[in-house]
Amino acid sequence: MEGVADPDTAAAAIEFRAVTKRYPGRSAAAVRELSLSVPAGEICVLIGPSGSGKTTAMKMVNRLIDITEGDITVGGQSVRSLDVTELRRGIGYVFQQIGLFPHMSVEDNIGTVPRLLGWPKQRIRDRVGELLELVGLEQSDAKRYPGQFSGGQRQRIGVARAMAAGQPIMLMDEPFGAVDPIARDRLQNDFLRLHAEVRKTVIFVTHDIDEAIKMGHRMAILRDGELVQYGTPDEILATPANDFIADFVGADRGLKRLLLRKLAEIELAPAANGERDDLPTIDEDTCLRDALSMMVTQRVSALTVLGTAGERRGTVSMESLAHFADLDRADADAEVEA
Amino acid sequence: MLAQLALPIAQGGGPVIPTFQRGSDCVRENRQFCWDWFSSHWSSTFQPRLIEHIELTAIAVGIGFVIAFVAALVAYRWDWAVNPATAVFALVYTIPSLAFFQLMVPFTGLTRLSAEIALVSYTLLILFRNILTGLREVPADALEAAQAMGLTRRQTLWRVELPLAMPAIMAGIRIATVTIISLATVAAFIGVGGLGEPIFNAIQTGFKTQFIAAGVLAVLLALVTDAVLVVVQRLLTPWARAKVG
Repeated sequence: MEGVADPDTAAAAIEFRAVTKRYPGRSAAAVRELSLSVPAGEICVLIGPSGSGKTTAMKMVNRLIDITEGDITVGGQSVRSLDVTELRRGIGYVFQQIGLFPHMSVEDNIGTVPRLLGWPKQRIRDRVGELLELVGLEQSDAKRYPGQFSGGQRQRIGVARAMAAGQPIMLMDEPFGAVDPIARDRLQNDFLRLHAEVRKTVIFVTHDIDEAIKMGHRMAILRDGELVQYGTPDEILATPANDFIADFVGADRGLKRLLLRKLAEIELAPAANGERDDLPTIDEDTCLRDALSMMVTQRVSALTVLGTAGERRGTVSMESLAHFADLDRADADAEVEA
Repeated sequence: MLAQLALPIAQGGGPVIPTFQRGSDCVRENRQFCWDWFSSHWSSTFQPRLIEHIELTAIAVGIGFVIAFVAALVAYRWDWAVNPATAVFALVYTIPSLAFFQLMVPFTGLTRLSAEIALVSYTLLILFRNILTGLREVPADALEAAQAMGLTRRQTLWRVELPLAMPAIMAGIRIATVTIISLATVAAFIGVGGLGEPIFNAIQTGFKTQFIAAGVLAVLLALVTDAVLVVVQRLLTPWARAKVG
């Protein structure tokens, strides 16, 4: 696969072409005629209730599960045409149980695929150093064993291992499902920051709708092995394709839409000098939902938004927030940009 | 049958207590332990028997390990092989040791080969079960990761499964070795030397010093070997003791 030896810059598009998975002895297909394409460098979240086929769909990409019918292409190449070990060495894999090798140091864990690919020792060592920094671990952690780390730290090591050889693609199966909510939130934020830097194509499986909305550039909602809706989180929240989707994303989908934007990203009313000094202040880095929450708890209808340096950027009103939560307006984005 | 049984012991030879006149008071009175007799017979009797004993044990555990290892790999890969292998190894394990050594004599004579066949047989069940258990207890997540990262089956076996099975494998080697050190004393019954030889002699003559010296040496050998194996295990599995902090 091209780009394998070129760490952190390469990404490859993934395309499912009418992919079906049938298990012998079961009449219903686990995945039925799934077609979707994930542009290079995007995070695509596969979500659905248990038994919806999301994990099965993901595992067919690196052929941990065999495809019954149809095909998946990675960077334009059919995964069925590639040698299976070669294919897997070119695709990072992160899963809930992490699967670090307890008998190997962090350095050896992260260096697994580069070693398989025959990289020289020094190059592997340098690469490990780079990755430790990238995922926020100490250089001195390289010689320690996985058992000496917390769950969150282990998951960071797992992420570093999955991109060690510059794999353009990463498969993530409920990667943050086993850590506590606070650590999960941090891991999610750190991963998004990391992803903005390395731009891999990511397939991310979860059953947590909030996580899906937060992590996904796109969401594919599956039920009983079939794709029900595919789109950006905003599209899906604003215009659910049917009652199942509306139900699945939750009655508070309007509120959830407010999670998708930060105050810094919307147009603010100009800061009226002196006039509204009494308003509570809020950082522009805050998402709209937290801004709304602040209005409700402080019983005000507007907030003063502060920039990163603490300067007044403007005010935001409850009406303008309601505009972004409005369920009938899928084109909120367009209006703002106009 | 009895005569035949007694024969190897007589053949085994070795010092009885022929030197009552010239021996010390301690030896003539057959006291509990005569240090002077032990030290004057160390290089002629005990040291060579001790070395023979170590050889008997090392060969038995070595060959036993190779057989059990191959059998365990086969059983790990093909489940149907587990029960037959266990049955065979358990069967030979239950044969009384004295009978087993004697049983081999008509086939392979009063030779070290006879002794080793019996001793190897006793290692198999222990080693087989420990190796197989070790392999089966390799965490499923580590295997999934290995597969997903594109390790071949062979790479997974050597780089992941066997290293992770090492604590169980080493535990098996320790039990097998200590067991064989103990059982090898019985092998002197067919005249192959080892620390069992002075013990058999002492049983016949009633010479306490010889009995205690050989017995204590066998126990010490077992303890020291086990301690050495513990050190080896720690060197092989540095990760097992690495703790938080």
